[in-house]
Amino acid sequence: MKLNKATRFALFAVLELANSPERHLSATEIANKYEISVHHLVKVLHSLVRSRLVTSVRGAGGGYRFIGNKKRTTLLDIAEVFEDIRQPPVIPEEGDDTEIGIALSQIMLEIDDIAIATLNSISIDTFLKTMHYYQEDIPQPTI
Amino acid sequence: MSKKEPHIIHQTETISPEHKFIIRDAIAADLPEIIKLDSQNTGIKKEDYWSDAFERYGNSYDGFFHVAENDSCFCGYILGEVRAWEFGSPPCGWIFALGVHNDAREMGVGSGLFESVCEHFREAGIDKVRTMLARNDNLNMSFFRSQGMRSGPFIQLEKNVTN
Repeated sequence: MKLNKATRFALFAVLELANSPERHLSATEIANKYEISVHHLVKVLHSLVRSRLVTSVRGAGGGYRFIGNKKRTTLLDIAEVFEDIRQPPVIPEEGDDTEIGIALSQIMLEIDDIAIATLNSISIDTFLKTMHYYQEDIPQPTI
Repeated sequence: MSKKEPHIIHQTETISPEHKFIIRDAIAADLPEIIKLDSQNTGIKKEDYWSDAFERYGNSYDGFFHVAENDSCFCGYILGEVRAWEFGSPPCGWIFALGVHNDAREMGVGSGLFESVCEHFREAGIDKVRTMLARNDNLNMSFFRSQGMRSGPFIQLEKNVTN
């Protein structure tokens, strides 16, 4: 699974805003921190406002603020604002109809299933509370 | 098999005084409530399984079988054990089962039960806890994630052997 650019920007924005609930952050502040395009981020933020995950306040001291439920909103919920992860569009590719092509597709679906279950199990609250665990190395099996 | 005397492990006050609960070793009298809760959560009543589990984990030193209760009302259970070298894994704590009553959700009962078993694992010199879940079990997967658990270095595989 590869998340598209808008999804990735949305995850940065929502997690950043939810991590500073007392502050309004501008698109420029978020874009500068993650070194991403402000123009593209503004479009993403508009989609998040329409989805009622984020609100925007105009004027001095204004900006964006997370208004979703941190315990109920999962990473998958955010991703699904921008792409249909559970049922991505089927784009036929060469070799798909062959015996090996069909088996390869099944393996890719298996990987996607695990990715979807993972994204759906991590709420914004859990992500922010546990992200420090992800800075450790994953131990290797001894087999 | 060596028997152990049940005792209170934790007395925990969570979000408000009325949500104060204790965590203690399971006793035989808890089994009907455990079987009922598991049956509600999984849709399958497994009396023999839970009787065996109590004999193996609750009534001996082989594992940890804890329950949470609030004013003598049953709130939930957890079952765990230290296992070593299966699948090449060094000794680690396993959580086999966890259940929290619907009316006791979001009061810290699950976290309290999880921490009670982790404390036993730490006392046994264990620094890793593992569990296994159905991929579509979002409720339990979200709970264990919220406790800081993540994918480990093992992956479960299976095949149909009947054809």
